[in-house]
Amino acid sequence: MRLNKIILSFVSALVILFSTSVASFAKVVGDKIILGAAISLTGKYSSNGVHTQNGYNMAVDRINNMGGVKVGGKTYKFDIIYYDDESNPKRAAQLAERLISQDGVEFMLGPYSSGLTKAIAPVTEKYGVPMVEANGASRSLFTKGYKYLFAVLAPANLYLDVAIDLAVEKNNGKGVTVAMAFEQDAFSQDVRLGVLDAIKRTGSKKVIDDKLPKELNDMAATLVKVKQMKPDVLVVSGHTKGALTAIRQISEMKVDVPMLAMTHCDAAKLSKQHGKNSQYALCASQWHKTLTYKDDFFKDGMTYDADFTKEFGYAPPYQAAESSAALLVFKDAFERANSFDQKKVRDALAATNMQTFYGNIKFAPGGQNVDKPMVLFQVMCDDAGKCENKVVAPTKWASAKLIHPIPSWSKR
Amino acid sequence: MISVQACLDGILLGILFALIAYGMALQWGVMNIINIAQGDLVILGGYIAYFMYLYGIHPAWGVIVAPVIMYFVGIAIYKLVINKVVDRDLFISILATFGISILFMQLMNFAFGADVVLANSDYGTTMLFNNNVVLPNSKIFSAFISILFAICLVIYMKKSKLGRAIRATAQNARAAKILGVDTEKVYAATFGINAALCGVAGALISITFTIHPYMGLPYTIRSFMIVIVAGLGNLPGVAMSGMGLGVFEEFADYILGTEFRIGSVFLLLVLILIYRRFKLSKKREYLK
Repeated sequence: MRLNKIILSFVSALVILFSTSVASFAKVVGDKIILGAAISLTGKYSSNGVHTQNGYNMAVDRINNMGGVKVGGKTYKFDIIYYDDESNPKRAAQLAERLISQDGVEFMLGPYSSGLTKAIAPVTEKYGVPMVEANGASRSLFTKGYKYLFAVLAPANLYLDVAIDLAVEKNNGKGVTVAMAFEQDAFSQDVRLGVLDAIKRTGSKKVIDDKLPKELNDMAATLVKVKQMKPDVLVVSGHTKGALTAIRQISEMKVDVPMLAMTHCDAAKLSKQHGKNSQYALCASQWHKTLTYKDDFFKDGMTYDADFTKEFGYAPPYQAAESSAALLVFKDAFERANSFDQKKVRDALAATNMQTFYGNIKFAPGGQNVDKPMVLFQVMCDDAGKCENKVVAPTKWASAKLIHPIPSWSKR
Repeated sequence: MISVQACLDGILLGILFALIAYGMALQWGVMNIINIAQGDLVILGGYIAYFMYLYGIHPAWGVIVAPVIMYFVGIAIYKLVINKVVDRDLFISILATFGISILFMQLMNFAFGADVVLANSDYGTTMLFNNNVVLPNSKIFSAFISILFAICLVIYMKKSKLGRAIRATAQNARAAKILGVDTEKVYAATFGINAALCGVAGALISITFTIHPYMGLPYTIRSFMIVIVAGLGNLPGVAMSGMGLGVFEEFADYILGTEFRIGSVFLLLVLILIYRRFKLSKKREYLK
């Protein structure tokens, strides 16, 4: 009797295991296209990980509510399986493996950050799983010859070269002197390479080239050098910590530079945390709500901003906007491929040429988006101390005129 | 003028680091515990000041509130974990405090989010030597408060009953116990005082630099190095080595470049350890 019970439990366990594995072992279940994503929901990237997830979820809801994805005359809806990669590249790679080989996912969305995308890309490549990513900008991702990786964002080397061009333009086309302070991580070093290219191209001169250690939040030594050398442009890239530290110490040490350009201003909530001290900082951004790109799902940047704020209770940073755009790219590729065959979808992705509220999207053979320039906004404050980010370059989308040179601290 | 600026920057930075190292030296000397969670306690203190700032209270008040809260946090950590490892070998205590460090990082990340934050003191700037040397007042304030707390602690250790008990336990725990010192209470108080010092330092760091749940480790490493250089039980040595390291770092940054800043400090540590070993081996020969 007891033996019978054991055999019965064993058989039922096997049946349950088999049935669940069959149910999940498919890319398309019923009318659902299941995408997989390892996202940093905990750990040091969790803030931006949540922005990424919110961006994905917003697009999934919007596409599903507006008719879904039409493939082979049938309508499908998007669904995403999420796992928390704990902001850890090793964990992210394990989860990508699990999504593909255990959950049967055949199409992936990218994680947050270049480092984690670098960890996942070899796995998706090995299994031939197309991955559209929205938060890995490092140039090294696009030079490895990956065939299944597509990034909707502009690569890191394009982040701040616009600032050098702008400074040269303001200097009547003559080269400028540039001080650089970049953190020693893959992303910031890629931004640095882009700035170096721009310096070479414009006949400018590099006067300081400091590499900021990851574990330090003091850049007083670099700023003293800046005070000595008096460069035309100071360029800083060190994620949110770098942006906050730079503004704090520049204002405390009264460092006067005609142009200050940096990355991660909106992620650092510069104008909120530093108020008027952050005024005149130029910030590289993948997206801004005032850009005039349009699509059928989110209409334009302003509408996206309003809808996102209504749904999640905060204004969308560019990390959320680009994540939403990744879903629009997948939908477009599925419909053009008219199939769920991975190779056909991959080819359709490679041939993408579309406009979304986030910007134009067209992929180079390396997988990076080559049709969307970066924008530069400048922090501008009114007399009451209320600060706003206004686009100043490229001129096509400028909503305000660049204030240059930055007034000295003694005159503020 | 660059060298004056570097010296002053280094001294101000060093004094702040010395305060954290001071707590570590005290606890290491008394309990023989290397606290890997030292930096995380600092960051937690920073968040206390940050939240005061968020609620409209000036973050400088954090230097009073944070140590009080952190003292009890320290006592709680001692009662829950440290008292179980205090008599074991050093390796076990390193493992235990490493675990506490990971737990604190995750809890802070869960509770406060992963954003880098800071508290603005709006203290302004002091210009010296015809505006050629610039010192943020927040750094001067931090150094002043650090020195104040260090002096108070030295006096407390010398004059108070608990201070004497702590010193007696550090010299010989068994003898102190035989003579009626409640070493359990002394250990708890020592850990609490260390956490309180971390709380002060954290509040000052939120005013001077930035804080983030995962930023604790550099502070642990730095204070560990200061204690190694100064030696245990050598409190003036901790202050001197803190300032010395700060100045050395700033100069290394100017001369070699920022990328070699941390590397040069580690190189200095290795050289000091080799020198000490050399000195010790000479001493052994003499004893023969």
